[in-house]
Amino acid sequence: MLTGTDRVKRGMAEMQKGGVIMDVVNAEQAKIAEEAGAVAVMALERVPSDIRAAGGVARMADPRIVEEVMNAVSIPVMAKARIGHIVEARVLEAMGVDYIDESEVLTPADEEFHLNKKEYTVPFVCGCRDLGEAARRIGEGASMLRTKGEPGTGNIVEAVRHIRKVNAQVRKVVSMSEDELMTEAKNLGAPYEILLEIKRLGRLPVVNFAAGGVATPADAALMMQLGADGVFVGSGIFKSENPALFAKAIVEATTHYQDYKLIAELSKNLGTPMKGIEISSLAPAERMQDRGW
Amino acid sequence: MVKIGVLALQGAVREHIQSLEACGVEAIAIKHKEELNEIDGLILPGGESTTMRRLIDKYDFMDSLKKFAADGKPMFGTCAGLILLAKNLVGYNEPHIGVMDVTVERNSFGRQVDSFEADLAIRNVATSFPAVFIRAPHIVEAGENVEILAKHEGRIVAARDGQFLGCSFHPELTEDHRFTAYFVEMVKEAKQKTLV
Repeated sequence: MLTGTDRVKRGMAEMQKGGVIMDVVNAEQAKIAEEAGAVAVMALERVPSDIRAAGGVARMADPRIVEEVMNAVSIPVMAKARIGHIVEARVLEAMGVDYIDESEVLTPADEEFHLNKKEYTVPFVCGCRDLGEAARRIGEGASMLRTKGEPGTGNIVEAVRHIRKVNAQVRKVVSMSEDELMTEAKNLGAPYEILLEIKRLGRLPVVNFAAGGVATPADAALMMQLGADGVFVGSGIFKSENPALFAKAIVEATTHYQDYKLIAELSKNLGTPMKGIEISSLAPAERMQDRGW
Repeated sequence: MVKIGVLALQGAVREHIQSLEACGVEAIAIKHKEELNEIDGLILPGGESTTMRRLIDKYDFMDSLKKFAADGKPMFGTCAGLILLAKNLVGYNEPHIGVMDVTVERNSFGRQVDSFEADLAIRNVATSFPAVFIRAPHIVEAGENVEILAKHEGRIVAARDGQFLGCSFHPELTEDHRFTAYFVEMVKEAKQKTLV
C-alpha cells in the first residue's frame, strides 16, 4: 500500500475537474460554498482582495480557521502556504488539509526557490503564467496547476492571458518534432522530461484550473471555454452582493459553459459582483502574479 | 455494438471515456437527461458526490436516472458514483439514486494524505489489479444478493448487485482496463437480453 504517489496526488485533482473551488474564511462561508456545489474550498484568513487592501505581509492562515473549515464541510479543504515556506506547508500537511496552494497571493518566504513538493504526501497546486513556469512547478512535484491571473482584482484579463499562453505553448510542444524539444526546453526554462511527457500525452500531465480574476458566471464559463479544467473563485463570491446566488450560478456556468441561454438565465438578478480593479492601475509592487518565477 | 455514457456533470469524465474506448465501445459524455435515451449503460464517475447531487437536482436528472435503473440498464459507480448508487449512506437519512443494495460510508479511509494505491484481487476480473483510492468510500454492508468482488484490509471495495456495479477506487486512472471491460460485458449481456 502506497500513499503520496503521483497517481494518488494527481488523481485527487482529476476528481475536481469541471468544478469550482471557492475561497472561504470561516465555517459559515464554507457551508454556503458546499451547499452551492463547490468541489472544494480554500480556507483563508482573508480573501485576496482583502489581502490587497490590508497590505503588509500575508501569511498562512491561523490554523484555527483552517480547522474550523475542515470541521464544517465534507468536501476537500485546501489551504495556502507562502512560496518556499517549508514549515507552513508541513504544518498544513500535519493538520490534514487535502491540498496545499503554494501561492503568490501570500507574501513569498523565498524569492529564489519554490518548495520541493515531491517530498510531501499532501498534493500541491501552484500558479503559472506560461508553460515554462507550469513545467517547472510540475518538475518540483506540483500535482495540479492554476493560472495566476491577477488575484483579488475581479478582472479576468490576466487569467485569460495566462490560460491562452499555456495552452498555445502546449499545442506547440505537442506538434514539435522530438529533436526540437531540448531547445524548446532551454528557451522555456522548462524541464526536458516534462516537455517529453506533454508531447507523449498531447496535454499537460496534471489538471490546470483557472484562477485570478473570476467574478461572474460568464467569466467562469469563458475560462472553461479557453480550456481550463475547472475554476478557482477567490474574492468573486464572498465580495459580491449575494454570495449564495453567485456561488450557485458560477458552479452551473462552469458545468454548462457552452449553454449560453442557461448562462443568461442564471446571470439574471444576481446583484452586484465584486468591484473590480483595472490592472494598469496597479503599481508593479502590487502585482501578485510577478511573485515566484 | 453497445454505447455507454459517462455522467458528465463533474469529475473524471475524460478518463472513463478513454477507458471505454480502449475497450472498443462507443462512449459519450452525458450532460443532459435526454441523452440517457441513447445509451445502453451508464458510468457515474469519481468526483465530488455533493456537487454531482446538486447538479442532478438542478437539472432534474434524478427521475431519469431512476428510470434508467428501473429499465434494467447497467450502471457502474466509481468512488463518488458508488455513493450515488448506494441504497444507504452512513450518517445520511436519504440516499441519492438509491438502487444498489449496499450501505456506503463516505471518506472512510481518511483525508487526502491517507489516499493510497494498492494491488487488489478482483473476483472474475483480475488476481492483481492496480487500484487507486482517493478520499475513498467503502461498502460497510452488502445485501444478500450482492456479490462481493474485492476487499482491501477486510473492507468491501468492489461489489455487484445484478445490473449495478460499484467500487471505491478509480479504475479509470490507470492503463488497466479490465474492470471497465467487465462492465462493458455486463452492458452487452443486458442488451442481448432485451433483444431476445
